[in-house]
Amino acid sequence: MDNTIASTMRRKYARRLFLRKLKSDLMVGLTLLATVIALVPLFLVLGYLLSKGASSVNWDFFTKLPVPVGQAGGGMANAIVGTFELVGLASLIGVPIGIGAGIYVAEHHGRGLAQAVRFAADIMMGIPSIVIGIFVYAVVVQPVGGFSTMAGAVALAIIMIPLVTRTTEEMILLVPPELREAALALGVPDWRTTLSVVVRTATSGIATGIILAIARITGETAPLLFTAFGNRFWSTSLTQPIASLTVQVYTYAISPFASWQRQAWAGALVLTTIVLALEIGVRWVTQGSARAAR
Amino acid sequence: MFNPDETLNDRFEFVKERTASRIFHPRSLGDPLFTGIIATLAVIVLALLIGIAIELTVKAMPAIRHFGLSFLASTEWNPATDEYGAMPFIYGTVVSSAIALMIAAPLSLGVALCLSEMAPEWLSRKLGFLIELLAAIPSVVYGLWAIFVLGPWLRDWVEPVLSRYLGFIPLFSGPRVAVGMLTAGVVLAIMILPYIAAVCTEVLRVVPQSQREAAFALGATKWEMVRMAVLPYGASGIIGAIVLGLGRALGETIAVAMVIGNRPVISASLFAPSSTLASVIANEFVEAVTDLNVAALIELGLVLLALGLILNVVARLLVLSATQRRFSRVA
Repeated sequence: MDNTIASTMRRKYARRLFLRKLKSDLMVGLTLLATVIALVPLFLVLGYLLSKGASSVNWDFFTKLPVPVGQAGGGMANAIVGTFELVGLASLIGVPIGIGAGIYVAEHHGRGLAQAVRFAADIMMGIPSIVIGIFVYAVVVQPVGGFSTMAGAVALAIIMIPLVTRTTEEMILLVPPELREAALALGVPDWRTTLSVVVRTATSGIATGIILAIARITGETAPLLFTAFGNRFWSTSLTQPIASLTVQVYTYAISPFASWQRQAWAGALVLTTIVLALEIGVRWVTQGSARAAR
Repeated sequence: MFNPDETLNDRFEFVKERTASRIFHPRSLGDPLFTGIIATLAVIVLALLIGIAIELTVKAMPAIRHFGLSFLASTEWNPATDEYGAMPFIYGTVVSSAIALMIAAPLSLGVALCLSEMAPEWLSRKLGFLIELLAAIPSVVYGLWAIFVLGPWLRDWVEPVLSRYLGFIPLFSGPRVAVGMLTAGVVLAIMILPYIAAVCTEVLRVVPQSQREAAFALGATKWEMVRMAVLPYGASGIIGAIVLGLGRALGETIAVAMVIGNRPVISASLFAPSSTLASVIANEFVEAVTDLNVAALIELGLVLLALGLILNVVARLLVLSATQRRFSRVA
């Protein structure tokens, strides 16, 4: 009698345990499924880029100017150079400000201004990039009297600054305080300690952050629409409008012409290759030691 | 060199002065200079944020004065008659973001759980890397892909099914087109998913190991451990991550402008073309003729900025409260 009750209980318990484990495995499977579903678009986008864009990427694409609708051939040489020019100028403006602000925030941790700046950088990362486009339109384009390379670079720089500020700060805070103390004990002034010991130790992390920020602004379109605007020809001065890969792809993609749409796919392929090369390259070099800037 | 007139005290003062100038020279000049420079750069960051808010408000003033609060409620947007109202765009922004969140939030929570709790370390690192790549693809590329691939696919495969089984709801009825609210929502979902997933993963990684061990020690299965120990602990951070994703969805411009159809109307159907705050700015800003038109567009940008600021502050506070709890508890 006792025996049967015990065995019934045991069977019941085993059944329950089986169900609980089944449920657990099911949920593990579901999270894995979610990850797979999340990654499907990545492979679809990359696959379509290759299949639709690769055929239009040729020597002309990198060396020729765009041609009007109806003509065969043509390329995006000016847009490719334009993107590099805009990103380069933006980095010249954004990197020093970002690094300086980041050093300040890290070195004066906890002080009122430092906290305010840190918070401002966090918030700025969340400002829609098109809003920054409007801001630059109001403070650069309108006073100067036209769309310009300079305006586009300023817009990209403003997007870049908070990213660089936050990574610089995070990387400096990772430097062990003993290093700083050792330098100060030797009688090295504060500023030399900061620059030659603390910042130097954090250099690779800061560089990673800068490259990720560059990758990010390379792919920006919205802030360029009414700052750098676009140009069908070569831009020869900083006060002229300038073409960029992103704006060119945007314009061609929404056009009704098949030849332009093909060019858009090719442009998108080149753009994605540049951005992913930066992203993958920097991670490969640092082996994920530095955290990505968001 | 001995000077008989010099007292010992004079000599002492002279040496003290000379040493002081030697020792303190580098500090007295270098430190304030360096601090001054980096403080100036830091102030620039702060000034930019304040400047953006002020400049947009000033430039939007003509529209704010002309329309007052009715700007936000009016559904009329007509550059031909110089009548402007923000409602169609607020509606478009809210609905497209809501679609995006409904798809992306559960998926990214799943991804985060997979990365932080379920998958072994080596797999988790590889999958995490791929998810980060998803965030790296430029939005104009997503837009291009959505115009030519995703939009037509949704029109041919998803919208027929939705209208067949849910067609009695006005949201899922009406003519099926490739460009519209639904396509925009799905693209947004793909774009914000990696951000929500990344913040969620970070939040979950902060959950102390002791919490997990305690649940396992009580005999919990893996899922029971997640449900009892991990999710409650990370709840506020997860919500913060979702709010952060919402902020991104609201402000995303180019991909949305490419697929939403850009019609300043409120339609009952999700299949119909619509417009968002960001997309209308992208489309019409350069072509705006009258001053009032420009001001109205800038006011839309101001609305966008305000929404973005509020959501970001809320989200950061939530995430901060979740990730910093570890320190306060241990300490």
